[in-house]
Amino acid sequence: MDLNMNLNAPHSMGTTIIGVTYNGGVVLGADSRTSTGMYVANRASDKITQLTENVYVCRSGSAADSQIVSDYVRYFLHQHTIQLGQPATVKVAANLIRLLSYNNKNMLETGLIVGGWDKYEGGKIYGIPLGGTLIEQPFAIGGSGSSYLYGFFDQAWKEGMTKDEAEQLVVKAVSLAIARDGASGGVVRTVIINSEGVTRNFYPGDKLPLWHEELEPQNSLLDILNSSSPEPMNI
Amino acid sequence: MNFMDSKQPESGLLGPESDSQRTLYPYVTGTSVVALKYKDGILMAADMGGSYGSTLRYKSVERMKPIGKHSLLGASGEISDFQEILRFLDELILYDNMWDDGNSLGPKEVHNYLTRVMYNRRNKFNPLWNSLVLGGVKNGQKYLGTVSMIGVNFEDNHVATGFGNHLARPILRQEWHENLSFEDGVKLLEKCMRVLLYRDRSAVNKLQIAKITEEGMTISQPYSLKTHWELSAFQNPTQGAVGSW
Repeated sequence: MDLNMNLNAPHSMGTTIIGVTYNGGVVLGADSRTSTGMYVANRASDKITQLTENVYVCRSGSAADSQIVSDYVRYFLHQHTIQLGQPATVKVAANLIRLLSYNNKNMLETGLIVGGWDKYEGGKIYGIPLGGTLIEQPFAIGGSGSSYLYGFFDQAWKEGMTKDEAEQLVVKAVSLAIARDGASGGVVRTVIINSEGVTRNFYPGDKLPLWHEELEPQNSLLDILNSSSPEPMNI
Repeated sequence: MNFMDSKQPESGLLGPESDSQRTLYPYVTGTSVVALKYKDGILMAADMGGSYGSTLRYKSVERMKPIGKHSLLGASGEISDFQEILRFLDELILYDNMWDDGNSLGPKEVHNYLTRVMYNRRNKFNPLWNSLVLGGVKNGQKYLGTVSMIGVNFEDNHVATGFGNHLARPILRQEWHENLSFEDGVKLLEKCMRVLLYRDRSAVNKLQIAKITEEGMTISQPYSLKTHWELSAFQNPTQGAVGSW
């Protein structure tokens, strides 16, 4: 039923976000670029937001929309935790996000990845794209940068990775996306959630691997000229 | 901080209605569902793809679900709306069970309920963006019906949604007959699904076939179909007309 050919999805949603399950928990990852048109408004933003002690969400798309949805869900989950008397499950958090995303689908433009650990199901990742579909996945990618990662994950993903393997995969993937997506950039942030707790990591732009046609960063041309053999500048 | 423009449609003719919601377009969509009546009940097939525009984004989406004891619902179109429909039906079945009167909603009743829901949403210009296939067996009576996002509904011996309307139904018209065996039914569905795989861009090679009979409903594990590319004509397509494209 094609009543409307205005279907040029995926929309450009400046960001790369990733959530990956591993043998014992989840690893969430994101870039740190927030853009207003062509200008980078914030080059070090934190797109991985806490909902509860054990559940985090990666935000993409409209910054305002993703922030307000996170705030509401954090508020609901807080009350839910008090009433329940124990930590909320990842599934509940994801469903609350879904509820807001689905019921306001005409107004919101945000794609979210919910990830966390609870004692019933262990590590879980839920993707909630535009429209408010809820889909549980072993790994999820989102944002405009994710277009460049479908092939990468098809090849590199495997079941039952260790925590370090999973984190390395996430960092590599975000870094690859940053290399090709203008709307992604800055640092790679990761959050690891398992039975032991939550670990935040930070990989600054200059510590990431170099890809095709990228060069080792230098302080100055002068250093290059001074260090190498007396070869005059030759253009 | 993306510059977000209003998602509401602008039209000077709308007037006060412009505050109300209307669904404009789907995001994550499922493609065709094909179903037929056979000797013991209904067979239904759907692939497990969830497309996001032209990207084949999700490849493990279950687009067929059991409803109550007697029915099976398959959906194409927007997956979030299908998930919402499942919630409506959950509530419907729950209330039906709470009567505890020995009666249970059969496929005909569920189909009617879905028709009302879809048509009423269409009238409010806020459709659930799905084409649904509802099949089941109750008291020996087989039932197979379909409802679209604009409320068009009918029942038949074989139905299909989306591309299946164009590619599967002609095959079914030709080869379906009363009292198909389970094996013949499955082969016929697979024939349809294979054609869809060749010719539907949003098809994904991972499908499930569901069966519902008086005894109950089973849904197969996900599996893939073999495809055939070894035709001699494919090897050298321009052989017969040198210089052509």
